[in-house]
Amino acid sequence: MSKYKTEVMVGVFVMLTIGALLLLALKVANQTVATEGDTYTLYAKFDNIGGLKPRSAVKVGGVTVGRVSSITLDQEDFTPVVELSIQNEYSGFPETSSVSILTSGLLGEQYVGFQPGFSFDGVANLKNGDYLQDTKSALVLEDLIGQFLFNRGSDED
Amino acid sequence: MKFFQSIGAKTIGKVTAVGRAALMLFGALIAVPRVKNIPLIIKQLYVVGVQSLLIIMVSGLFIGMVMALQGYTILVDYGAEGSLGPMVALSLLRELGPVVTALLFAGRAGSALTAEIGLMKATEQLSSLEMMAVDPLRRIVAPRFWAGMLAMPMLAIIFSAVGILGGHLVGVDWLGVDAGSYWSIMQSTVDWNQDVVNGVIKSLVFALVVTWIAIFKGYDSIPTSEGISKATTETVVYSSLAVLGLDFVLTALMFGIE
Repeated sequence: MSKYKTEVMVGVFVMLTIGALLLLALKVANQTVATEGDTYTLYAKFDNIGGLKPRSAVKVGGVTVGRVSSITLDQEDFTPVVELSIQNEYSGFPETSSVSILTSGLLGEQYVGFQPGFSFDGVANLKNGDYLQDTKSALVLEDLIGQFLFNRGSDED
Repeated sequence: MKFFQSIGAKTIGKVTAVGRAALMLFGALIAVPRVKNIPLIIKQLYVVGVQSLLIIMVSGLFIGMVMALQGYTILVDYGAEGSLGPMVALSLLRELGPVVTALLFAGRAGSALTAEIGLMKATEQLSSLEMMAVDPLRRIVAPRFWAGMLAMPMLAIIFSAVGILGGHLVGVDWLGVDAGSYWSIMQSTVDWNQDVVNGVIKSLVFALVVTWIAIFKGYDSIPTSEGISKATTETVVYSSLAVLGLDFVLTALMFGIE
């Protein structure tokens, strides 16, 4: 094996690795879009967050505009506080916007659905660190079943 | 008395072996900053890296294909065959890529390293190098060690990528999973730091362990044909066990505590 051929084969090996790494970065991990870049933070208090997790998506009409960065419990009124990191390019949502926790498909992941509100005079835009007032909690299947059974029981009386 | 003596002798023997292994690793580690050693590393990169490439790519392809086939038959019952992409990608990147690469590497390259260095010792080539005032740690051990450290993460990355493509071949092209959902759900699930980088860190740790064991077993072997064959077997057994045990520890550290 000549030295030249060895070096060529090692070069091919290195290029293969770089190609595989690029495939993993761009096609598998989607590195370019994954919440890179500048973000601003909004907070929302829910009664019940269901199965929401950090890194769940925040979507406006199906378009991912940000991610859930952390979930904590408010120590005063014992409600979950969800911290949302929204990309800076999606700014200017009015203060009347509302968020709800939705499920993609029957068994799919839960995500935060963001409905932009109407903007009219006197309504400011949401800024970094604002709290969203209008929130709808996650649907918990057990609660629904419980309500259904309760209603059935009261009908029969 | 004889009983205690044998326990004591075994313990001292093991501890001194660990000490010799650490000294050898130290000698190999401080030997890196030499520009003239780079051609030696490239030659070893060819031996341990390029020559392992075929077995790594073929195994990766078939493991990805089998995972897609098995995953599809289970997921399709729940109408969740769209989750095939993240299943294949996550298990390859987090576990199978680093671990199977390390096991194959121990069998393909580690055993060859042990046998080569062991035979050098048996034919007194290492002693001859020392007679010529050439440090065998620097000339023989260090290039092989660094080539192993470089080659294993590269092989693991190639293994994962080929496996994901193999899963695409079976899942999308043969079984009819939607190509868009295969890639897009994978993209939304796989995280660069959490999954890809942690997999590379794992394979770096495995590279250190497997190459270290392989080189030390050769360097420390009894210089007879029997001793070399024993050292080669021990390399494969010890490094496979070390890789599997360390994998659990690393997984618990990386993914266990959320």
